[in-house]
Amino acid sequence: MPTVSMTVNGKSVSGEVEGRTLLVQFLREQLRLTGTHVGCDTSQCGACVVHMNGDSVKSCTTLAIQADGADVTTIEGLADGDTLHPMQEAFRDNHGLQCGFCTPGMVMSAVDLLQKNPKPSEHEIREWLEGNICRCTGYHNIVKSIQQAAGA
Amino acid sequence: MPDTAGGPSGIGASVKRVEDFRFLTGNGNYTDDIDRPGQTYAYILRSPHAHAKIASLDTSAAKAASGVVAVFTGEDMQVGSLPCGWQVHSKDGTPMAEPEHPPLAKGKVRHVGDQVAVVIADSYAEAKDAAEKIEVSYEELPAVVDMASALASGAQKVHDDLENNLCYDWEIGDVAQADEAFAKAAHVTKIDIVNNRLIPNAMEPRAAVGEFDRSTGEYTLYTTSQNPHVIRLLMGAFVLQIPEHKLRVVAPDVGGGFGSKIYHYAEEAIVTWASAKVGRPIKWTAERSESFMTDAHGRDHVTHAELAMDADGKFLAFKIDTQANMGAYLSTFAPCVPTYLYATLLAGVYTTPVIYCNVRAIFTNTVPVDAYRGAGRPEATYLIERIVDRAARETGIGQTEIRRRNFIPSDAFPYQTPVALQYDSGDYEATLSAAMAEAKVDGFAARKAEAAARGKHRGLGFSTYLEACGIAPSAVVGSLGARAGLYESAEVRVHPTGSVTIFTGAHSHGQGHETTFAQLVADRLGLPMENIEISHGDTNKVQFGMGTYGSRSLAVGGEAIVKATDKIIAKAKKIAAHVLEASADDIEFKDGNFTVAGTDKSMAFGEVALTAYVPHNFPHEELEPGLDETAFYDPANFTYPGGCHICEVEIDPDTGIVEVVGMTAVDDVGRVINPMIVEGQIHGGLAQGIGQALLETCVYDENGQLVTGSYMDYTMPRADNLPSFSVGTESTLCAHNSLGVKGCGEVGAIGSPPAVINAVVDALWDLGVRDMSMPATPETVWKAIQDAAPAAAAE
Repeated sequence: MPTVSMTVNGKSVSGEVEGRTLLVQFLREQLRLTGTHVGCDTSQCGACVVHMNGDSVKSCTTLAIQADGADVTTIEGLADGDTLHPMQEAFRDNHGLQCGFCTPGMVMSAVDLLQKNPKPSEHEIREWLEGNICRCTGYHNIVKSIQQAAGA
Repeated sequence: MPDTAGGPSGIGASVKRVEDFRFLTGNGNYTDDIDRPGQTYAYILRSPHAHAKIASLDTSAAKAASGVVAVFTGEDMQVGSLPCGWQVHSKDGTPMAEPEHPPLAKGKVRHVGDQVAVVIADSYAEAKDAAEKIEVSYEELPAVVDMASALASGAQKVHDDLENNLCYDWEIGDVAQADEAFAKAAHVTKIDIVNNRLIPNAMEPRAAVGEFDRSTGEYTLYTTSQNPHVIRLLMGAFVLQIPEHKLRVVAPDVGGGFGSKIYHYAEEAIVTWASAKVGRPIKWTAERSESFMTDAHGRDHVTHAELAMDADGKFLAFKIDTQANMGAYLSTFAPCVPTYLYATLLAGVYTTPVIYCNVRAIFTNTVPVDAYRGAGRPEATYLIERIVDRAARETGIGQTEIRRRNFIPSDAFPYQTPVALQYDSGDYEATLSAAMAEAKVDGFAARKAEAAARGKHRGLGFSTYLEACGIAPSAVVGSLGARAGLYESAEVRVHPTGSVTIFTGAHSHGQGHETTFAQLVADRLGLPMENIEISHGDTNKVQFGMGTYGSRSLAVGGEAIVKATDKIIAKAKKIAAHVLEASADDIEFKDGNFTVAGTDKSMAFGEVALTAYVPHNFPHEELEPGLDETAFYDPANFTYPGGCHICEVEIDPDTGIVEVVGMTAVDDVGRVINPMIVEGQIHGGLAQGIGQALLETCVYDENGQLVTGSYMDYTMPRADNLPSFSVGTESTLCAHNSLGVKGCGEVGAIGSPPAVINAVVDALWDLGVRDMSMPATPETVWKAIQDAAPAAAAE
């Protein structure tokens, strides 16, 4: 089996994977970073979004070997100890989460949005979130959360 | 940690949620996150056919495959049938047909996704690979997919041992009385309604981990459940014959339920049973495609209804005939949904004096149908509010006027409906007026004209609704066929240094109980929230519980907590009285302090707790040491939230795309503990209601193949499908619980679908469109416009 090495949340890690092993499986099952979730099997729901080399990717449609040598950040790597990232804080302030299952992917996706578009309009936020499904919130408070994080 | 600094934490405060820190940092603990030592993985081979005999089943190659620990089929798994928790009787007195539901199919499969065999291996990939080596020879049978053909004479039977595909033929009301009222009517409005089948789609797919401890003989099941004690009871007593004291069920963090995680599912029994057979823990996690074809679906009614009115538009009588799809087997609560949670709601907010409803529940070769967010009440509300909308148009009375003429007046409570329920409180005029002001209904004509100038059709739709939740008085539901009580329990365990753990039988899977319940206890015991822990979801920790569904957690579970805290306060007063050398009657409890009335002699809550556990100076002759009380609460009635939802849409006639440009909800949910959480619950319900109205539907083809089996086919509401919402509350208090709370979990999904569709009909009425089915997709709307155009031109 091939060995992959990458940096995950600032730490160097490596492990043996099958060719078909997905990045999300490597993160969850080998590294036990279970904050990244799997909500579908067609790359639609976005519960699995992580950052790879600074960009948001769906880790359920990224092979672990594609991430070889990459710098990966998961939801576990976002906060600074007990100090939440401003996006996490904004979700908490605005009740941008309920059951919490879509939340890691939603937050990681939202962080990437503001990297690429620091002052998005409501329309731009809603369009960006097209690849992240939430069944609980109706998105209302997720949009508010992202607006707060953007300083709107 | 709860962030209560700078703000109050008691009842009515929008306290930030206690649970959010762990969810936001990836530290939630969902079932699939749990790994047990020596764990194996299960893959379930499912039927690709809607209806077939299993002619032969050969698992030998799979058993020999790499990493495989065991393969089991229905022949191997000789256990009880998955039970149904509610027995409905037909109008002739006969009990409903109740077919066997084996966890693994025995000889026959009855819907696409039915369980055929389970492969258990060292890894999930090996289990899935080995399943491909199972050789199954199916003899396909004709599939019964739609309800009309299921009822046709000579139809293929879903269950060979039943007489036909009818589960029950039930009625409520007096048909002769209804006919008499119809004979006197000045006007009768008729409508045919399909309430589209939905797939719940909690974002966390179902999962289950079974484990057997050979040393203690105890089984543990970790599962994605809204009610772990109910699963323990159903699976233990009926399927696997494991007594409660040898079966622990844990429902840890659960990623949304919406009803679909109430039920006892085959996979829970399979991993629990097989864990003892293989001697290792077994994890099963649904792939999303499995969720689509095994999670209980919702809705799926076909209804014809007629509403009789006098010359003033006063409703005289309402007659309804409904067919309700049960799917291939009876899910846990399926039979009660189209009867006691639907037909008993058909008075809605109106004074209709006579109601008759006939419901036929029907088996088909589809996934079982059960309660989904709202459960029966959305179906009732959609029917009522669509026919009222139509009646307003036919009589020319107007949308708001016809409703006002028929509202149950606010001084008429308690109000006995003709369909069994007695409403305790409400003010439907208040919610209508508030919603109209919020939605700026006065300015609609101008907005419509402005839209028309841009070539868009703008419409406004109303829904004034009511629902029954806070489920439910045990004696009442027992008389209606429930095989369980629907009380809730709570234990308040005060620790020696004065912190408190609350054990509740309610289960939180997004509702924020760890916050709301802590606020409630903080308010009653005068403690800071950080000294209060809410524990739920583990049958080895929580004494008992009926779980969370039917918007019952606060109205029933919260009341149990209140009862238990009352017992704590009563005992603590006696302890304080002893130490302070006063009479217990003279002890006042306020802000966490026990004070002898009219003096400065006082003990803090923590001091009383310590005295209870270090009882050196303690009234031993009167009291036992310790401070730990349990209460069970059985509600006196359902609770009756209601309100008004107003939807404004804009339709592009060239594409048929419906844009929701305004969604206003003013709801009466009773007393509000945490407004932020209540609003969030309503937002989510509105999204599901708009989803049903415009986007979502489950489609089977004529062979019973599930066409909408993935997120590429089943249209979930995305952020760019929805507007921001305008929500508010206008509350009357529940009259029969101490908190005055009613429930907010389902109102959004119950009230909104007819508001949306009525808005679509309103937008297109002048084009000649007279009806609209859900979901009003661009294709459906565009076709309706095309079909109406010639008719409108001819008029």
